Amino acid sequence: MKIRVNGVERDLGDIDPATPLLWVLRDELQLTGTRFGCGRGLCGACTVHVGGAPMRSCILPVQAVQAEVTTIEGLSADGSHPVQQAWREHCVPQCGYCQPGQMMSAAALLAGNATPDDDAIDAAMAGNICRCGTYPRIRKAIHSAAGGGK
Amino acid sequence: MTAPHTPPTAGRGLDRRTLFQCLLSGGALLVGARLGAATGLLAADAVDTDCADALQPSVWLAIDPNGAVRIWAHRSEMGTGIRTSLPMVVADELGADWDRVEIVQALGDTAYGSQNTDGSRSVRRFYETMRQAGAAARALLEQAAANTWGVDASACTAREHTVHGPDGRSLGFGALVAAARELELPSEDSLRFRPRSEWRYVGKEEVKFYDLDDVVTGAAKFGADVRPEGMVFAAIWRVPVLGGTIEDFDDAAARAVPGVLDVVELEPFRGAPAFQALGGIAVIARNTFAAFQGRDALEVEWEGGRHAAFDSDAFHEAMQATAHKPGTVVRELGDVDTAMESATATHEAMYSVPFLAHAQMEPVNAVAHFVDGKCTVWAPTQNPQAAQASVAQALRIGPADVTVHVTLLGGGFGRKSKPDYVVEAALLSKQLGKPVRVQWSREDDTRHDYYHSAAAVYAKAGLDADGMPQAWLQRSVFPPIGLTFNPLGTQPSAGELGLGFTDIPYGIANLRCEAGPAKAGTRIGWMRSVHHVQHAFAECSFVDELAARAGKDPVEYLEALIGEPRLVDMTGVDYPNQGETLERYPVDTGRLLRVLRHVAKESGWGRELPKGRGLGIAAHRSFLGYVCCVVEVDVQKNGTVRIPRVDIGIDAGTVINPDRVRAQLEGATAFGIGIAMLGEISFEKGAVVQSNYDSFPVPRIHESAREVRTYILPSEELPSGVGETGTPPIAPAVCNAIFAATGKRVRELPVRKHDLSWG
Repeated sequence: MKIRVNGVERDLGDIDPATPLLWVLRDELQLTGTRFGCGRGLCGACTVHVGGAPMRSCILPVQAVQAEVTTIEGLSADGSHPVQQAWREHCVPQCGYCQPGQMMSAAALLAGNATPDDDAIDAAMAGNICRCGTYPRIRKAIHSAAGGGK
Repeated sequence: MTAPHTPPTAGRGLDRRTLFQCLLSGGALLVGARLGAATGLLAADAVDTDCADALQPSVWLAIDPNGAVRIWAHRSEMGTGIRTSLPMVVADELGADWDRVEIVQALGDTAYGSQNTDGSRSVRRFYETMRQAGAAARALLEQAAANTWGVDASACTAREHTVHGPDGRSLGFGALVAAARELELPSEDSLRFRPRSEWRYVGKEEVKFYDLDDVVTGAAKFGADVRPEGMVFAAIWRVPVLGGTIEDFDDAAARAVPGVLDVVELEPFRGAPAFQALGGIAVIARNTFAAFQGRDALEVEWEGGRHAAFDSDAFHEAMQATAHKPGTVVRELGDVDTAMESATATHEAMYSVPFLAHAQMEPVNAVAHFVDGKCTVWAPTQNPQAAQASVAQALRIGPADVTVHVTLLGGGFGRKSKPDYVVEAALLSKQLGKPVRVQWSREDDTRHDYYHSAAAVYAKAGLDADGMPQAWLQRSVFPPIGLTFNPLGTQPSAGELGLGFTDIPYGIANLRCEAGPAKAGTRIGWMRSVHHVQHAFAECSFVDELAARAGKDPVEYLEALIGEPRLVDMTGVDYPNQGETLERYPVDTGRLLRVLRHVAKESGWGRELPKGRGLGIAAHRSFLGYVCCVVEVDVQKNGTVRIPRVDIGIDAGTVINPDRVRAQLEGATAFGIGIAMLGEISFEKGAVVQSNYDSFPVPRIHESAREVRTYILPSEELPSGVGETGTPPIAPAVCNAIFAATGKRVRELPVRKHDLSWG
């Protein structure tokens, strides 16, 4: 089986096709920026883009992946995606564990809605838990990345 | 250096044996508890690191001939920013340029003193040590420059990575390393500290936390990102009830899962659980998915054992019954009984807090590699020395044969100071002869936590004609943390009762605090803010109830109750005060009042709000710091609670890293909202009912406060704790706000169990 991840085709050999994409990324491809939090699509720590759409990779069997996968490592070549810049500007992370998933959700939100209001942010980000409670800065950073500078 | 009496130099001539000879002979090596760590012993990892040409005057830092400054972070980074904040102090005192500082995570090693990153004490306990470490190294560099120039050291000053001397002369740090290595270490009393006016980083906004870039690019390494060559993956089935036993199991289906390599049993723990591995059946696989699948395919017959009947509903009832009866008196002022009898009226309430899970985002995990009688582990641990000791005990080897690497922690909140999961990995690696990663699932993490104590807190006040309490009785009942280490210890310790209970700060003439026993059939452990959670909830709610009963504004009532600024007299109370003396860290009601007034004002206390909205306030001292918060709730007609805004301020004394302190207040707000609104662990037939974030919810972005305004009160007092200090007042402030909005008083958490609909 083969999938495209961050612009590169990867051969997964005879992998169990039921394997969730999360474990393919982490265990097989050593792309460890995508994190395991709940295993049931409840926390969003494993969020990646599949064909540009945010997906919970922990419940997505690799055989169901039909489009290019983008992980935090591929969001930008050099950490310069506007979301990453905004995350730095607002010093969003605390422990940092959930933040790749947060940023992937935020990037997907902004790709579809250039100037989300607070309710749109709530709706798009409700699937991403941050136990450290960085939500106020996530909100500010998304506004900032959107150019609202709020 | 050869003779034990020769003073040590600042270079790397010291091997460990020589060091200990120095110590034993009472040589010139500095051995004071703090300075010993500051300028004396070299830790194993520092010794083994490539420091051959470096100036390395202590365990805390090395300066290379190229001028690079390495600073060892000995506390664990779980989101507080401590890996950045303590090195900032060293850099500032040294005069280093932050851009040329590299932070090295320390191994577990007693040479650093305590590495147990909990109790909100990292800055408090090590601020002075870090200043000494920086000042000692600076003294060496300045002396080296002075010798080079033939001037007095007092004419030389280090700043911006350079030592400046008379007549505009200057030498970079790197150029001074070789000369500084030959000098004797300065004595503790010779150290000079920079005045605050010279601080470049401490208390300023210049430094962003060290790992920010790695976090933002996904490069940051947490526990499960470590993968030694040849590592296998393990998932463990554990008996759902603490102390239960496996009667029989069938692993045929598990072994049939593609990728499963082996199935092995782990012995159950013996005696008190402490930090032992729980025991169970481990499925070993080529990858995590196969390990989890194999584990789920196990068929296990088990017995619940002595806790098989443990039921949290019944337990809460029993605790409340205990709290209705006289308990052990732990603080007494005046004559409560007489004052209660002569009161115009009395008011009483029972508050209840459930068991809670830490629910940190990174489920616990660890990698261990046992080879040739030695074990190396990599773990997201708050307490590497406890991990070292626990692994050593379990493997029956010496602690020196256990090396503990600390990764970044995906949240901790106290869970990761208990290294049971590290021990599991070590036992499996020894058994299998290869590196093993133990990965807990979210369900494992929720069901086998060391839970926050469920609690019943009773309060009764005898009121005068103005509605002020002339008598106050409070009783606290909760299963003590000590149960995890000694099943007979059912009575809370003085330290536990000192967490916001015996140190109640109100100016009441007749006060009695009592405690009662409780014994739970599970592992109890400390969680962020520990017993302050239930004590602040009860006390700060009860004050609000009394204010309402008296028909007074809650802020005015609270101010009156706290009374004139004073240091609370704790004479006769067994009050550990977080291990600090009351002289250094008094219970200062003036500071509590100051933060109360500041936050009340900034929050616009008293502002007009539409129906369904309300403000609640709470103020509480914990971990030696003072916090007040004002919570605004919006209770919709269907009873849904939204939190538009929280104002929260702290007096934490001297603050190292203001941005991280604000972050901790924001985080404490969300954590407190989780306690107030959502969290509950319950037990049926001895087993935890909840399993994942659907059944043990924590706040999501729309459930947390939409806006958090933080305030750091300026102070030059000694640093207090920060990480846990913000959380305790949030839950009572939420419930006080709900009362203001709806007239409904929530005394039993979480709020989501109550119907708050209106209109």
